[in-house]
Amino acid sequence: MTILSVNDLKVDFDTPDGTVNAVKGVSFDIRAGECLGIVGESGSGKSQSFMAAMGLMPPNGRATGGVELQGEQILNLPVSKLNRIRGADVGMIFQDPLTALTPHLKIGEQMAEVLKVHKGLSGREARAQCLDWLDRVRIPEARRRLKQYPHELSGGMRQRVMIAQAMLCEPKLLIADEPTTALDVTVQAEVLDLMDRLKDELGTAIALITHDMGVVARMCDRIKVMRLGEFVEEGEAKAIFDAPSHAYTQRLLEAMPRIDKGEANRTETGEEILTVDDMKVHFPIRVEGGLFGRTVPLKAVNGVSFGLRAGETLGIVGESGCGKSTLARAVLRLVEPTDGTVSWFGKPLNQLDKKALKNERKDLQIVFQDPLASLDPRMTIADSIAEPLKTFRPELSKSERQAEVVAMMERVGLEREKYNRYPHELSGGQNQRVGIARAMINRPKLIICDEAVSALDVSIQAQIVTLLKELQAEFGMSMLFISHDLSVVREISNRIMVLYLGRVVEMGDADTICTAPVHPYTRSLISAVPIPDPVAERERARIRLPGELPSPLDPRAALRFLPSKLAAGEEDYVPRLTEVAPGHMVAEHDALEDIMAREKKAAA
Amino acid sequence: MALYVLRRLLVAIPTIMLLVVASFLMMHVAPGGPFTSERPLPPEVLANIEAQYGLDQPLWKQLWDYFYNIVVHFDFGPSFVQKDRSVNEIIANGFPISLTYGALSFLAATLVGVSLGITAAIRHNTWIDYVAVSLGIAAQALPNFIMGPILILTFTLWLGLLPGGGWNGGQWEYLIMPVIALSTSYMGSIARITRSSMLEVMNSNFIRTARAKGLPDRAIIWRHAMKPTLLPVISYLGPVFVYVLTGSVFVDLYFSTGGLGQSYVSSALTRDYAVLLGITILYGALTVIVNLLTDLAYAWFDPKIRY
Amino acid sequence: MFARSEKTAELAADITDFTAVRGRSLFRDAMGRFVRNKAAMASVFVLGLIVLFVVFGPLIAVWDNEEIDWANMGDILRNGAPSIASGHFFGLDELGRDLYSRTIQATRTSLLVGLIGAAMALLVGTAWGVIAGFYGGRLDTAMMRVVDILLAIPLTLILILILVVAGRNFVTLFIALGAVSWLTMARIVRGQTLTLKTREFIEAARAGGVSEGQIIFRHILPNLIGVVIVYASLLVPEMILAESFISFLGLGISEPMTSLGRLIAEGAGTMAHGTIWQLAFPLFFYVTIIITMFFIGDGLRDALDPKDR
Repeated sequence: MTILSVNDLKVDFDTPDGTVNAVKGVSFDIRAGECLGIVGESGSGKSQSFMAAMGLMPPNGRATGGVELQGEQILNLPVSKLNRIRGADVGMIFQDPLTALTPHLKIGEQMAEVLKVHKGLSGREARAQCLDWLDRVRIPEARRRLKQYPHELSGGMRQRVMIAQAMLCEPKLLIADEPTTALDVTVQAEVLDLMDRLKDELGTAIALITHDMGVVARMCDRIKVMRLGEFVEEGEAKAIFDAPSHAYTQRLLEAMPRIDKGEANRTETGEEILTVDDMKVHFPIRVEGGLFGRTVPLKAVNGVSFGLRAGETLGIVGESGCGKSTLARAVLRLVEPTDGTVSWFGKPLNQLDKKALKNERKDLQIVFQDPLASLDPRMTIADSIAEPLKTFRPELSKSERQAEVVAMMERVGLEREKYNRYPHELSGGQNQRVGIARAMINRPKLIICDEAVSALDVSIQAQIVTLLKELQAEFGMSMLFISHDLSVVREISNRIMVLYLGRVVEMGDADTICTAPVHPYTRSLISAVPIPDPVAERERARIRLPGELPSPLDPRAALRFLPSKLAAGEEDYVPRLTEVAPGHMVAEHDALEDIMAREKKAAA
Repeated sequence: MALYVLRRLLVAIPTIMLLVVASFLMMHVAPGGPFTSERPLPPEVLANIEAQYGLDQPLWKQLWDYFYNIVVHFDFGPSFVQKDRSVNEIIANGFPISLTYGALSFLAATLVGVSLGITAAIRHNTWIDYVAVSLGIAAQALPNFIMGPILILTFTLWLGLLPGGGWNGGQWEYLIMPVIALSTSYMGSIARITRSSMLEVMNSNFIRTARAKGLPDRAIIWRHAMKPTLLPVISYLGPVFVYVLTGSVFVDLYFSTGGLGQSYVSSALTRDYAVLLGITILYGALTVIVNLLTDLAYAWFDPKIRY
Repeated sequence: MFARSEKTAELAADITDFTAVRGRSLFRDAMGRFVRNKAAMASVFVLGLIVLFVVFGPLIAVWDNEEIDWANMGDILRNGAPSIASGHFFGLDELGRDLYSRTIQATRTSLLVGLIGAAMALLVGTAWGVIAGFYGGRLDTAMMRVVDILLAIPLTLILILILVVAGRNFVTLFIALGAVSWLTMARIVRGQTLTLKTREFIEAARAGGVSEGQIIFRHILPNLIGVVIVYASLLVPEMILAESFISFLGLGISEPMTSLGRLIAEGAGTMAHGTIWQLAFPLFFYVTIIITMFFIGDGLRDALDPKDR
């Protein structure tokens, strides 16, 4: 049975620079109980199609064509009529669950609203239904959540609330617009499982809008690949993944790094140029208590040691709040480490004075996550690239400097005509090339990439990774590659270090970590990463650790994988790293089964 | 919460003390005083008068006595110029008047300004919006001392509807013009702040969610958009309340309402430092309290702020 | 001997070099947006007319602003009305002086007060805010504490206090206006500096070995320009308002100099006699300046506000 039928839908926006055709006539059907994936990169018009269908466009948008919901025309209906459909027959969830919930209304209040509008329920009855749905989306302590505000919940929980709210009236169709993009990978896995279960149990049709081929492979029955406002390819998920026919789809799939496969990365045997020993970075955090409040240390990095060889790439992975970015900044002394030593070619980097440190900075560079934010908006890109040159090679004349900059621009794939451009005139990928050119201009010996490709579209991401590899082959610098995306890290790294709440839980060859992880945390992390292959993805066993990623301020959280020590009352115990195989370090932990059993007992 | 209030009050005390000391010193280093008139007094008479007010004491002693009397007796001392009147009396006389029309102006500016701003935002880019915006800007360009003459000209001289000044125990005919004069320009700015804030809120993600839930416009505006809209307005209301109170300086001059502003200006011109100092401290303390109230109101509107 | 200076060589390199496309800087984008804003452009035009009037108006004045028209001062109401014939285009004031010349002089004063007051606030406030925000820590706490305390004192009262204590003259007036107006500017600039400081391009500069001082001048200040300009443009009418308020109380500029606030006060004082022009002309200029400045400030904010980008 067809739930939603879209026929030649066009969406235009009136802008000061003329009319933009965001969607150029798309048609598709969604049937009951199926999950349709709409895949595309940013600007493809995938979200706009659905927003237009539901009448949620900004005022400068116009939609033409036809949208039928269960045989009834709903496109451009007056708001009063649409309101009977929205939330009742069609539920929606959005990318960022923090800003998508009203900040000053309690969870219970926001949810009950839907029941009041569509079913006329209120009071105890409405409460009971809300509670029932919070239980069904597996929110722990549901009763308490009803009285909490959105900011008091974690990201994953907020997205569950969004789903519960969207499902309250048991809609025929759930539109999920990038529902897991802002979430950590283990949380993403749980939210996706939840949606899958709802689909099976209630027969709800799901329209899944996403840029992530891995998510599509896990969830979708059929796929529409969208590009520049049009569908370029459509069909059964398996068929498209097996034999993509359109060149764009092929490129997209090729660009997707896979965690289950990868070239065997060689091990670098050069001299160790960077040694970090027992690094600690603690931030004072104000909490309630006492007349003037008190501060507790947030242990962002809590005793991390590693070494890096010349020409080697070490991947650092972990979920949000694990301290990976802080670690990078502390190595470069962009934040001052609280304790520990950083030895750089034998020199103690963390004890150098300002002047000596400045001299070392020539060889230590960093590339940031947000390409636009990492460039001064008021400087031309050439000025940005030239800045380190001005600092470290002031003897260069203007024309020599210009020649250097142009050469580097062309090396990273920027046309020399872009010399005088400003960052806001370039795309994200081009800006990231500028960031790389700036980092590379003095031929540094170490580059830290802090989520350097995370904000980019998949195809651009692949280009940047290739560029970094080429540059490394050419100039021989070492890299610390920090990312939450394990597949990308595997592709570029020789070795991988896994962080959990400021501590190393496992470190070893990229292949070993991704194919034979030992620590329960690494195992759950790896098993949660989606693989862009519907067959392999749906057959994989997933290791689910119960509960959410705990707060770094919770002193017990550090021993989540050593509950036996917690039970013994040794809350200050520091898990030791042991070498299980040459070069493969694993933090002390209890057996996975024990941890699960204990958690289950605690929950009961 | 109670802890936070206590903490803020503890911080407020040194602020007010500093204010007292700074104003006190500033007035004492100033050349000239209340008793240096055109006809110089004989030195012995002057010395006599100064001794009477304790002005012959060393400066630190004067400051200490002043402080002591305020803290222990809540006594701001006698007026230097108005014989037989204490600063306390002068304040007790004028402050209720200033507070009455000040509070009314504050309410008027807030209620009218917020409604105007919200109406404009809801009807964004329609003629209602344009009219409201023009009204807001025009109002903002009309501060109290401009509105005063315009109002008197219109309602007293031309139409003869309202009395041109006086207080008369605060009957409404006597209140109308001071309140309008005092509130107009703030009404304008509040309307403009409210409008732009609401436009921004209506663009936010949670409003999109509310629409996606099928809520009617009424519910979206009142339940979801209102509180976040008012946040920037609230942080502007604190200063407005203080402006409105100090606006008394003008209103009293123009409408002869007899509030504190009159005493302030006349004491400034006659160098009656005792009165000047008393009123400055009073307003300073009020500002501190109003700022505290604003912050508390902010917390009520935004659950993310916890004290 | 032709000394080949390095400079010429560089210039030559610049000219003969490849043709790089000129980028559009954010500032040029903003200018484009501002020019498209009809209300703001109309306001610039009207304000320009007023400035022209202030500059060239005296050329056609028949009377000086200090001169007293003895012949007509006896009966202002009948003989002092605006007239081309008598040379008093805006009429006479209560003392028989030419209101046309006085209005021009007053408008000039008010515009100057607005500009200089805003400029003082801009300099002091920006410096204070940048230093507090950039260096942070205890210095920041101490500097902002000072601002908080000063803000806790009603500013109009401080203004009156300063003028009473220090005496009335032009310089004191500017100092007094500057002293009360930089506080909010300092707060805004500090807030902006704090957010800028955490932006990645500042970290990138630091990682690139750029010194702290250079970071402030090369990266922080240029990125503050937008906010600072917008706020300064909103300060101009505020300064004019404050000066008018002070003059209204008789504490501002002293005779024979005058300002719009003072003229309005005088006009308001005598309107009961029916000499309405004494209020109308200064009021017209005053309200026009304020309203155009509001529109220009709004236009600048829309053009420069990073939210639009």
